Amino acid sequence: MKAEKLDIPLQPRIHYLNVNYGIKSWLLTTDHKRIALLYLGSITFMFFIGGAAAVLFRLELMTPPGDLVISETYNKLFSLHGIVMVFFFLIPSIPATLGNFLVPMMIGARDLAFPRLNLASWYLFVAGALFTLGAILAGGVDTGWTFYTPYSSVYSNTFVVATIVGVFIAGFSSILTALNFIVTIHTMRAPGLTWFRLPLFIWAHYATSLIIILGTPVVAITLTLVVLERVFRLGIFNPALGGDPILFQHLFWFYSHPAVYIMILPAMGVISEVVTCFSRKRIFSYRFVAFASVAIAVLGFLVWGHHMFVSGQSVYASMIFSLLSMLVAIPSAVKVFNWTATLYKGSVIYQTPLLYGLGFIGLFTIGGLTGIFLASLGLDVHVHDTYFVVAHFHYIMVGGALMGYLGGLHYWWPKISGKVYPEGWAKFAALVVFIGFNLTFFPQFVLGYLGMPRRYHAYPDEFQVLNVMSSAGASILGVGYIIPMIYLIWSMRYGKAAGPNPWDSPGLEWQTPSPPPTDNFERTPTVTRDVYDYGERGRG
Amino acid sequence: MITEREAVAETPGAVAHQFDDFAQQHEASTLGMWTFLVTEIMFFGGMFLGYAIYRSAYAEVFGHASNHLDIVLGTVNTAVLIASSLTVALAVHAAQESKRRALLFFLALTVVLGLVFLGIKFTEYYHKYEENLIPGWRFQYPEGNAHHAAIFFSFYFAMTGMHALHMIIGIGMFLVLGVAAWKGRYSAVYYTPVELAGLYWHFVDIVWIFLFPLFYLLGRHS
Amino acid sequence: MIPTRVYVAVFFALLVLTAVTTAVSFVDLGGPFNVITAVTIAVVKMLLVALFFMHLRYSSRLTVLFAGAALFWLGIMIVLTVSDYLSRGWVGPFEAMLR
Repeated sequence: MKAEKLDIPLQPRIHYLNVNYGIKSWLLTTDHKRIALLYLGSITFMFFIGGAAAVLFRLELMTPPGDLVISETYNKLFSLHGIVMVFFFLIPSIPATLGNFLVPMMIGARDLAFPRLNLASWYLFVAGALFTLGAILAGGVDTGWTFYTPYSSVYSNTFVVATIVGVFIAGFSSILTALNFIVTIHTMRAPGLTWFRLPLFIWAHYATSLIIILGTPVVAITLTLVVLERVFRLGIFNPALGGDPILFQHLFWFYSHPAVYIMILPAMGVISEVVTCFSRKRIFSYRFVAFASVAIAVLGFLVWGHHMFVSGQSVYASMIFSLLSMLVAIPSAVKVFNWTATLYKGSVIYQTPLLYGLGFIGLFTIGGLTGIFLASLGLDVHVHDTYFVVAHFHYIMVGGALMGYLGGLHYWWPKISGKVYPEGWAKFAALVVFIGFNLTFFPQFVLGYLGMPRRYHAYPDEFQVLNVMSSAGASILGVGYIIPMIYLIWSMRYGKAAGPNPWDSPGLEWQTPSPPPTDNFERTPTVTRDVYDYGERGRG
Repeated sequence: MITEREAVAETPGAVAHQFDDFAQQHEASTLGMWTFLVTEIMFFGGMFLGYAIYRSAYAEVFGHASNHLDIVLGTVNTAVLIASSLTVALAVHAAQESKRRALLFFLALTVVLGLVFLGIKFTEYYHKYEENLIPGWRFQYPEGNAHHAAIFFSFYFAMTGMHALHMIIGIGMFLVLGVAAWKGRYSAVYYTPVELAGLYWHFVDIVWIFLFPLFYLLGRHS
Repeated sequence: MIPTRVYVAVFFALLVLTAVTTAVSFVDLGGPFNVITAVTIAVVKMLLVALFFMHLRYSSRLTVLFAGAALFWLGIMIVLTVSDYLSRGWVGPFEAMLR
């Protein structure tokens, strides 16, 4: 059951993509939908840069000795991979593409609150990316994406300052996007759209934006201090001059832990939308899922010390952080239970977005549970800085966030492009991604548990089999990512027209043509019913 | 040739196309500036935290180092900045009452006071340069633990420098607003940019309200 | 609209507090009280600027919530970090037994 039957054309003549042409109309656009596509292009480019680094170091790790690259180069490769993937792919991915596109549409608005600021945020992203790419081409950094001092601030002979400048600028881009979302969601909801009628995608982006606003400035100032220390030879983080490296870690992780929630919350928002649509059923306990998003954002700020259990942090502080880290798992678990309960006895339709959604639920659960292992103080002492940690966060970031991103991209592709992608190829690619992912990262849990340290380019012979499995999986995973790139672009030209609502979803974004007109709606909609209203059959 | 949309947008009191009415636009703009100030609080907050940790670790050295700062200039600067907050508040008030001349006067006064502050600040910096108290630049501290004193001065320059940078940006904003005010863009109908710039300036004042005692005053009693 | 005299009154209050904090700094109040006094006066000045100059006293609850949340988050960062430094070297009951 949908809202009143609107007379929406199957293929609109004029829409946001063809309303004007030319490079200036794209580079000077203030339309949030075009800006979303600008971001889509840029972050996809950065994804391949980060992926290329992974290809190289997974090749190196096929054999125990360090025979492909020297250790300094290896250090640069994993640093590049981490910096690019975290700051230039995962953090912007869903918010800057799907969020930018959908937030105004889902609340019935014509655009975000500050469209020019939105464009500025894209330019800042590009500027930051160019700085970092320049630093990489000049020789990169070997500090790891974590920039621990005093190595980064004193001893490293690599392009730390240039890289940090790039990251700083990208952080500013992220802050502007979050600012826009917060203000838009607070002040521009359509008539009748109360907070508890908002799609969970909106709640997720709101919570994410809160984290960005409160956390990013801290890493900004911390990295600024590292730059000042390098340039002026200060002693703020240098123990030889009376400085404290642990202070750096506190300040760095105060942001970088909540950053992982910046990376996962939007994906959870996607999953909430996808699960409910493809179960044809209202989500189980909407309010709990909404509150869980905010709870994750808040609790996520209280746990950063779990990255510092072996750093010299006091045992008592570590115990507090350990307990709080266990607590933060609860709202995530609530969401997993609620998604599962939504699927239960739903009329489940196994389309590609849901396949990614199911993959997310399973893999995120594994990643999340292994996080509990790491939150446990005694256990962490043994697996800290091993591949166990690497596997844990890749299960969340790749098995979780990236699959959420792909699922969302497929779910809303008809709205964004007006076209349908080929379902057969899409399902095949999802399967390839799932198989490739598990083959890459499951062996890493075992490797970590057996003691293989992370960030090493050589390892003892007995670890080779598992490493080869992991590298083989990585190549399969790579193929799985390239296939959607090909057919999504193909569909823009040759795909069937999607129509306004191919998934028969009650969301506001589906009550307007695909692709949408520049101002999104003919008339501002008035919301009179609950979100996820699937009618009689929705009362599962 | 400008479009109709652009022409409308140029009119004072016009509502940008994404907003339904002026009230919504004003609410959004104000919330936007406050959200930005939240980021600024966390930005400066990180440095305050670092300073606090070292202050408690090296209390005595920090106390002695603090006495190298000129308390007279610091106090005068505090008064100057507080006065500039008053002039900004009066500028907003003038705009609210459509008093163009008063608005221009108070904006100009704010800029002048801001420049006075910066002038005094850079004079202080120059004195530190003469006394060899700039870390990383011929730093010398013969009367105690030089490394720990250097950390004090590192935070001093980093934090007051970051503050000064924010003031420069603020002064720039007021100059731009001054030009617009001169052209008659602000009145009771529409004065949001003046209001928002005022919020930013008051925030910068608040940062100094904390910087002053923490850097200048904590060693005076010994 | 707030009358001009409110702004002027706040201005003079701020000047007085500045004079007070500078004068008091020359007196040793003993131990932590020097810092506590200085910070307290600074907080009062901050509140005057925020409530009156920045109109928080006349603003929506949402705005006040945003301002308050920022201070609260700053508090979280400070408290949890300082708790690490303060508790280094503490000896718990079991450890004490072993010593």
